[in-house]
This record gives sequence, C-alpha cells and structure tokens, in this order.
Amino acid sequence: MFKPSGAVRAEAGQSPATGRGAKTIGAQGVNLFYGDFHAVEDVTMTIAPNKVTALIGSSGCGKTTFLRSLNRMHELTPGARVEGEVTLDGEDVYAKGVDPVQVRRLIGMVFQSPNPFPTMSIYDNVAAGLNLNSGRVPKARKDEVVERSLRGAHLWEEVKDRLDKPGSGLSGGQQQRLCIARAIAVEPEVLLMDEPCSALDPVATLAIEDLIAELKSRYTIVIVTHNMQQAARASDVTAFFNLDETGKPGKLVEVGATEAIFTNPSQQATEDYVSGRFG
Amino acid sequence: MESATLTRPSTLFASGLSWRRRAVNITMTVLIAAAFVVALIPLISLVYEVAKRGIPGLSLAFFTEDARGVVGEGGGAAHAIVGTLVITAVASVISVPIGIMAAIYLNEYGEGRLRRALTFFVDVMTGIPSIVAGLFAYALFELFFGPGIRLGVMGSVALSVLMIPIVIRSAEEVLKIVPNHLREAAYALGTPKWKTITKVVLPTAFAGLITGVMIAVARIVGETAPLLVTTGVVDSMNTDPFNGRMQNLAVYAYNEYRSPGVAKQAAYDKAWAAALTLIAIVMLLNIAARLVYRRYKTEIR
Repeated sequence: MFKPSGAVRAEAGQSPATGRGAKTIGAQGVNLFYGDFHAVEDVTMTIAPNKVTALIGSSGCGKTTFLRSLNRMHELTPGARVEGEVTLDGEDVYAKGVDPVQVRRLIGMVFQSPNPFPTMSIYDNVAAGLNLNSGRVPKARKDEVVERSLRGAHLWEEVKDRLDKPGSGLSGGQQQRLCIARAIAVEPEVLLMDEPCSALDPVATLAIEDLIAELKSRYTIVIVTHNMQQAARASDVTAFFNLDETGKPGKLVEVGATEAIFTNPSQQATEDYVSGRFG
Repeated sequence: MESATLTRPSTLFASGLSWRRRAVNITMTVLIAAAFVVALIPLISLVYEVAKRGIPGLSLAFFTEDARGVVGEGGGAAHAIVGTLVITAVASVISVPIGIMAAIYLNEYGEGRLRRALTFFVDVMTGIPSIVAGLFAYALFELFFGPGIRLGVMGSVALSVLMIPIVIRSAEEVLKIVPNHLREAAYALGTPKWKTITKVVLPTAFAGLITGVMIAVARIVGETAPLLVTTGVVDSMNTDPFNGRMQNLAVYAYNEYRSPGVAKQAAYDKAWAAALTLIAIVMLLNIAARLVYRRYKTEIR
C-alpha cells in the first residue's frame, strides 16, 4: 500500500522482453498553477513500473492537470507554472537544462479525443514519431516499427491492406488505437492516457482496456478516467483526487492498490466517491 | 360521456400561420430578394458594359503584339499583359514568404501586448491607400537611384506593401483554425515546436494558405495608382523587372483612354479590352483558388 506522503523510491523496473525498461515516476510536492490560480496542491506519489495507475476523481479536481505535468505538457498553456519535483527513475524532469522535447520522447501521451494527423496516411501517422524526431530513417526500419506498433495496438490486421489511406477514415476506436500505436512507436518508457475511452463505444472501450492490460508488461501506464468501473477493471493502483470546494486547488486524497481503494478505503471522501455518494 | 378521440381536430393549434404572420413573411421575402437584386445590378451591368465595349478591342494582335512604333490603329497589349504578370509575380515572391512567416509568428509565437500591437498595425496597413504605397516605393528607389527612376520591380514593391497585410491576415485566420489538439499530438511525441509547425500545422493549413494568397493576388492585380508613379508608361515589351519601365494592363487602360492619339476609337476599344482582360484574370484567379481549395483541403474533425 502506498501512503500519500513518502519518499521517492527509484525502482528499476526492467522488463526482460524489451531493451528499454519501464520506468518509475515520482512526484514530490507537486503544485500546479494556471497564472495565479492554484490548480493542484502538493501531490506526492510514486507510480510503479509495469503497472497501470488510475487517477480518479470528479470533474475539475486536477487529475488531467497533474497528468500533463508528468510529461511537461502543462507548461505549454500560457501562464502555466509547475512547482515541485517530478522524477523519471530518480532524475528530475524539471531540472534546469532539461529539454522538454527529450522528456516527451520518453513519456508518451494519448489524448481523450483521437487525434491522428489528418494530412498523413495511417503508415505516416504511426511513423510520425520517427519522421518528426529522428533524421532520415531507412524505409526497412520504418516498416518494421510501423508493423510492430500496429500489432502492439491490435490494429495491424485491420489496416495492413490500407496503410496509405488517410488516418481519418477509421472508426473512433480504430483511430484511438492508431494514436496508441503512434505513441508506442517511439518506444517511450511511460505511457500517459487522458481518458482514452471517453469518446468511444463500449466495444471499442473493451478493446482498449484489453490493450492496456497487455501494454503494461512493457510500459508504465498512467490513466486518467472519469469512469470508476473502468478504474476498478483496468488498473492495479488507484489514486483519488478531490476538491474541497470549487475554486480551491485539487488534492491527492488517497493512493493505493485498486482493490483496497474500492473495497476498504482509508479516507471518508474516497469511500463517498467510490460508492457513488458524489461525483 | 364523450370520449376524446385523436381524430377530433385540435383547437389548441390553429391550422397554419395566421394571416398577419403570412403577410409579414411575404413582405420580408420580397424585400430581401429585392435587396439582393439591387446589389447585383452594379456587378452585372459592369460586366455587361465592359464585355460589350471590350470585345471589339480584342483581337489576336491585342494578345500578341506590343505597341512599339504604333501611332494609329494596330498594335496590341501583349507588353501590358506580360508586364502585369511579371510585376504581380515578383510582388507575390516578395509578399508570400514575408506574409506567411509573419502570420506564423503572430499565431504560434506571439504573446500578449506585442502580438496585439502587431495585429493592430497589420490591420492599419490593410487600409493604406494604394497611391501612398506607390509613393513610398518611388521615394525608396529615388533614394538609391535618383529622381525619375522607373522600374518594374518598383511596382512590385508598391504592390507588396498592399499585399503583405492581406496575406498576413488571411494566413493568420487559417492557422488559427488548425485545432490545437493536433499540435499537442505532435508535442506529445517529443517534436520540437518549429518542426510541429512545418510538418503538422502548415500542411494542415495548406489549402487555406494557397487560397488566401490567390485572393491577395486577385486584389492587387488591377491596382493602377501605385503603378502610375512607379512603373511608368512604355510601348515596347519589357520582361526584365530590374531594367527600365514596364507596361501593365491597368496603366495601359488608363493611358489609352487619356491619350488616345490619332485613332480615338481604336484606342478606346483597346482600353476597354484591357479592362476586360483584367476582369478575366481576376475571375480566373478566384476560380483557381476555389479549385485548389477543394483539391487540397484536409477534413479536420
């Protein structure tokens, strides 16, 4: 059981299957601001490798803001500010001199609405990470990466005959899997997912959840979800965020093994939320 | 007891509209249609007049010969047509890179007061009278080359002053339409900002950018005042914008009308024909802009 306050532990989570290991993310005293508005207050937690950590809580309590601070996307909003420490395997990603572009190559993100690049084909979408970041990559290697990523996202069989068609011609669930394939093509160490299934129907949602269960053997996964049942189904660790009242910053109330959070939480607010008394 | 059946006509809702609403309906429809017709009248009558008077001036000679050595009838406007094309092309080469890069700065990098100030100045520039742009270009070149200088490229510079703000505004609008979640998708892959712009934002906005440029070109292709003071009047073909005067359709039409010389009617005919050619060029550019847009547009969800 992870306590809300605790020291950052650097665990090396090496998965023997791939060369790159999934890494631990540590947050220490993270405070997030939009200009003067204090959005998220004092979050300290450890996100373990090769596990799915779900961030739950009602609307506006800062889960997405916190998620975006993990891969330095929060600072892209004009006026946004981060205080505190976020570490990837012990190294502070907000240290002076750290290039946020490098951080984002190691910590990938999948968004709520599928957003494949409309000007690119399916093949180019998956290879976008390679095309946009590295220099010239030989075609053979690109082919291999595209196939591996599409297989990893359970999309290969459905699109292998139309790789040159535009990415926008797929269904919602397929587009989201395409975005996941795009994210894993660059082989990040951590995968952040911001409500990845909220725009999808139940069948597509199930496919994505199965995919997440499989991906966790190779990556550290953090998923923000509005859907408590999804958190209960798909995650190993759950972190509950809450607001005292509107206008106040969001806080991390409790974090622990999913089963414990849902059946025997230690905080009253957690118990109220998971039993549906508010939300 | 009477049972209420569904077949009994309802008294709650009167059938159809009341006569008063119908009257208002018809009146407004007539007024709006009439306004539309009134708005169209100048346009249609203009095109009709220009066509009626311009067609007699059109001939093979009009498109193939210049006016060198011609005193009466005869000769053509080939030098003017080529001049218009050259001057407009050079103006585009100057304006398009500057305009699009400025729009990229304003939309992707600009922040706060600097951006607001720049946007304000660009808006002011869209209202600059064209003669002022011409005088500016003339004064600039006079500084370096002495008084009385007339060059094709001076006309291009004058037209650029008019064209750049239009390109900036339309490019800015198009870049704003590119949804932010596409930029975020690129950032999340670890793409630096400049590469996101060149590989994701610009390709997505491509059709709109081209359309904006073509519309800006259509706007300046018929400008007369700035070219009067910068490119001068000349009778022979000149394709070098850096060497001597260059005729163009707008100034040609003005000149033929103002100084018709010996064969008055022929000169007037040629002036009208030049005007007709200008209208045709503008129409072709607009059609081309629509076709390009349809061909290259990306469906952004």
